Amino acid sequence: MKSNRPAAAAGIRYGLLALALAMIAAGVIRGEQLEVLNKAVRICLECIGIG
Amino acid sequence: MFGVHRDRVKRRPPLQRIVQLCSAVLFNGYALGFRKGKIFTGRSKAVCVPVLNCYSCPGALGSCPIGALQTSLGGAGRRFPFYVLGLLMLFGIVLGRAVCGLLCPFGLVQDLLHKIPVPKLKVPPALDRPARYLKYAVLLVLVVLLPALAVTGAGVAVPYFCKYLCPAGTLEGGIPLMLADPALRGLAGALFNWKALVLLVILAASALIHRPFCKYLCPLGAFYSLFNRFSFYRMELDKSACVGCKQCERSCPMDVEVTKNINGGECIRCGKCKAVCPTGAIASGFAFGVKGKSANDWRKSV
Repeated sequence: MKSNRPAAAAGIRYGLLALALAMIAAGVIRGEQLEVLNKAVRICLECIGIG
Repeated sequence: MFGVHRDRVKRRPPLQRIVQLCSAVLFNGYALGFRKGKIFTGRSKAVCVPVLNCYSCPGALGSCPIGALQTSLGGAGRRFPFYVLGLLMLFGIVLGRAVCGLLCPFGLVQDLLHKIPVPKLKVPPALDRPARYLKYAVLLVLVVLLPALAVTGAGVAVPYFCKYLCPAGTLEGGIPLMLADPALRGLAGALFNWKALVLLVILAASALIHRPFCKYLCPLGAFYSLFNRFSFYRMELDKSACVGCKQCERSCPMDVEVTKNINGGECIRCGKCKAVCPTGAIASGFAFGVKGKSANDWRKSV
């Protein structure tokens, strides 16, 4: 049981990596990066303590 | 006395500090913005940086992931934030909380403030342990639930964490922009006073307690801590070489039980334990293989 631990951890590691990459790809296909860009190129009044 | 002076002159900045400074400059490389009092508007801002770095900082070349997550959750479209969450997971699984210890500019600010020679405060474990869970509450309530559920009349939600708590936004965005732009200064009111107070309290606490914001409040640290146990970049303790002197635990700024839980959620991979270990039993590095790597293997590979 104990000897399977590193293999299980590596499985989770690579599984999460694949999931993260798939989510980024899905987000890019839906154009979510443009929503991020739109927000980031304007001064966020809430962030700086005004709005 | 002269000996102390000579020692100070000889001392080189640790690798952690060099990496922290480089990343702070890299993430905030638009120097012209500080002079003009304007923010960068290039396309690189479509990409989130791994650290808490306000996108309204005049130098910021990328987006803050926590700000972007709140915007995606609270936007008019109400869509699941695949892109931002995917990026956060990618940073988390590759680096874990090494992001906090090695890359975060606000972590660097806290580290430098802690160098101020004032008496240091040890938070009693009975208070410290439950308080560590606060950052998860901040992540869940201010970053996820309120932006997703508490919508204004205009159909969008306020970025609650940025608006009411984030000290990085005040320090990196609010203060430089207001110094450069009198019109913005004129708009500052009660909210700015509140945020300035939060910033002041955190900065003052940083001189007394090591990284209080990272320990108790940072939602990004809370998110990455979930990945620390599995991240590719990790710490390793060679138990056969450990002599149980506990120097590692005494030197740990995050009070991690290094000999019991070296890859626990609170470890920010700053490497202080590794530096003080008398037998070299602690190593850090990227683990790509299936087999567990010992500290000795890492030393050999380096």
